[in-house]
Amino acid sequence: MDASKTTLEMQDISISFPGVRALRGVSFRTETGVSHALVGANGAGKSTLMKVLAGAYSDYTGRILIDGREVRIRSPREAKSLGIEVVYQEVDTALVPTLSVGENIMLDLTVNDMGARQVMRWRSLHQQARRILDELHVALDTRLSVGRFSLAEKQMVLIARALSKECRFLILDEPTAPLSHSETEELFRVIRGILRRNIGVIFISHRLPEVIEICERITVLRDGQRVDERRVEDTDTPRIVEMMLGRKFEENFPKRRVPIGDIVFSVTGLSDDAKVRNVDLHVRAGEIVGIAGLVGAGKSELCKALFGASRVRCREALMKGHPYRFRDPHSAVLQGIGLVPEERRKEGILVGESVSTNLTAASLSDFSGALGFLRFGSERRTVREMIERLEIRTPSENQKVGYLSGGNQQKVSVGKWLIADAELYLFDEPTKGVDVGAKRDIFELIGWLAAAGKAIIYASCELAEILGITDRIYVLYDGRVVKELETGRATEEELLFCAMGGN
Amino acid sequence: MAGQVMSQRQVRRFDLFGFLYRWGTIITIGILILFFGIVTRSFLSPGNLINILRSISIVTVIAIGVSLSLAVGGFDLSVGSVASLADAVVVSLFIWYGKGTPVSIIVAIAACLVVGGFNSFLIVKVRIPDLLATLATMFIFQGVAMTYTNGGSITANMMMANGSTAPGKLTAAFNAIGQVPTIILIMIVVVIIVQIFLSSTKHGRYMYVVGGNMEAARLSGIPIGRYRTAAYLISSAFAALGGIMLGSRIGSSQVSAGSAYLMDAVAAAYIGFSLGGSGKPNAVGTFLGAVLIGVLQNGLVIVSVPYYAMDIIKGAVLALALALTYFRKR
Repeated sequence: MDASKTTLEMQDISISFPGVRALRGVSFRTETGVSHALVGANGAGKSTLMKVLAGAYSDYTGRILIDGREVRIRSPREAKSLGIEVVYQEVDTALVPTLSVGENIMLDLTVNDMGARQVMRWRSLHQQARRILDELHVALDTRLSVGRFSLAEKQMVLIARALSKECRFLILDEPTAPLSHSETEELFRVIRGILRRNIGVIFISHRLPEVIEICERITVLRDGQRVDERRVEDTDTPRIVEMMLGRKFEENFPKRRVPIGDIVFSVTGLSDDAKVRNVDLHVRAGEIVGIAGLVGAGKSELCKALFGASRVRCREALMKGHPYRFRDPHSAVLQGIGLVPEERRKEGILVGESVSTNLTAASLSDFSGALGFLRFGSERRTVREMIERLEIRTPSENQKVGYLSGGNQQKVSVGKWLIADAELYLFDEPTKGVDVGAKRDIFELIGWLAAAGKAIIYASCELAEILGITDRIYVLYDGRVVKELETGRATEEELLFCAMGGN
Repeated sequence: MAGQVMSQRQVRRFDLFGFLYRWGTIITIGILILFFGIVTRSFLSPGNLINILRSISIVTVIAIGVSLSLAVGGFDLSVGSVASLADAVVVSLFIWYGKGTPVSIIVAIAACLVVGGFNSFLIVKVRIPDLLATLATMFIFQGVAMTYTNGGSITANMMMANGSTAPGKLTAAFNAIGQVPTIILIMIVVVIIVQIFLSSTKHGRYMYVVGGNMEAARLSGIPIGRYRTAAYLISSAFAALGGIMLGSRIGSSQVSAGSAYLMDAVAAAYIGFSLGGSGKPNAVGTFLGAVLIGVLQNGLVIVSVPYYAMDIIKGAVLALALALTYFRKR
């Protein structure tokens, strides 16, 4: 299938919003049949650039050309009519969960191309949907409702929808972030098939090894400007990271050696109603304990169970020698536990509230006096101190957190617990969707907490991170602890082997 | 450079719209007062202005309760029925049972707190969505109030079921509640206390946080059930206060007298959202929302708009206020 290549060019694109870093004269060029990676730290402008291309903004400056001819893209409809389709990271917002797979795939066509026809042709709809899925070699029953499928499968439904019309360029925004290893492999297989059909794929990602595996060309953005564009084979991870950060990045994790003290928290026989089964664990002062496991192994469930956010049973639980009672998050906080949850926007921060309100949300009692009256002065002082210490980039403490970049939102989510001063910190995938710079800051922070004698539980599916910063590791598989390892003696292969259920 | 110019232009446009959003309610009130003051002679007389304040005081107190339910991300539709219930209970205690002022008022408020407790039970424990739960209790307690009064009104010297005349009467202290200046003072005190509560106390902040993102609030260790329960209890308590003020104003208990206040109260609370750009329910904004409705209603009566056409204009004002709140959220 060596059809003639179509080129896509964005020239000198600029856009700005109040409070959000903008694009400044960015150019981007790719063509059909090529997979092109777009990388950059959080807030570098990747998503903004792609939203311009998808017609999400009407007020940018600059030109977009297809095959050398200038085209107008100021609305999603205009982008779609030119064959530009996007699959955003939040798949659930684009799907109608109560409708079937087939209806969801054919949604655009049903909405736009029915013309004067008023009656659905169900048989042909499902046949067409089936055919699109077959071309992708994806086996899903088109008659089942979408709500029951996994994230990875929903993503396939959206990719199939994008291909239901004539598609020339497919933009994938962080497609692998929520996927497990095998699901990612499956996605890459599908992407390779799409590339063979002379469709251009633009791939936004934080995971550089994946970029190197699947992409032919790479464009690096930093602070709203293009830094470089080149063939992937002419570069490597350290050099890409250097371009993203604008400085050298040391690959090793900043693990601090701190003396490990007494047991702070221990639990035996912990089970919840759904996933977690008979877990024994303990964590000492100054110790960073990793919970390693693949997506779906029950890491989030375990964290929430420890935090009292789900219904649990256990044989015995002790916090600093006193019986620990699992009731609700409120009582967990009173007993000295803090949780930085995985779903940042849904669970970790209040997007509509200010940085200040967010940072003190878990510790407001410390800033209120008689009758609950707030002491605004002392709140402001503490918040400003925290903003400075965590290097949260925000115009002021009154900025709404929704306007900050992902990494800065995560720092707010963490900072809340630093102010609340817990004994045991639970981190659930704290580096998800966070750029390399912010990631380092978060690691440093965790090291700092350990040095201050806090106990830390760090749950992640990023095995390299777990090996990098923890002292001891529990490997979780299907809700059970299948292995306990000393980090110093463990290897990534061994971890992966246990996490995949090997013994 | 080009980017900078653009961002400046954007900021300016943003500001104009933001300005209208923030101060639209006050500007509208100003324009209305100016308009009615010019076209009519009586509108700006002190007597009439006090009349307006008196007429909005019950709506404001009930609307403040609605605002608190909105603050925790809920909605209390039952306030009108609760006000009816309070009206029926308080007046019946005076007239049927000849009780004194403190007892009658305390019992009426206690009865309404039971409603608030039932609301929060349905919403927090049974997990029925706020709007639907209070829709159901709105019907239930409207019916309870009517059943309690045997479907009729309660007035002094009314005929009892056994043929005798009702023994009690309203006390002077109770009658004073609905008179100027007491009724206006009650409203002002309620507005000030709730405004301070919401903006300057830990509990007010927590209510907004719960309303902003319930799951994040829960995982921050905020006892969300407690705050939601509190919000519905307070909402019912203010509705009860409104019902007591109403009973005192009309000097009797009328069938479903409180339900007329539901819609005005909801409108006032929503109009109040935009004040000062807070985008959140707040007491002063709710008060101004009630002022807007009151000024409109009073002025339209003076310029002889028939009462039956009033709802058209009230509805239009609410639509405008909601447009300001939601158009920006997009």
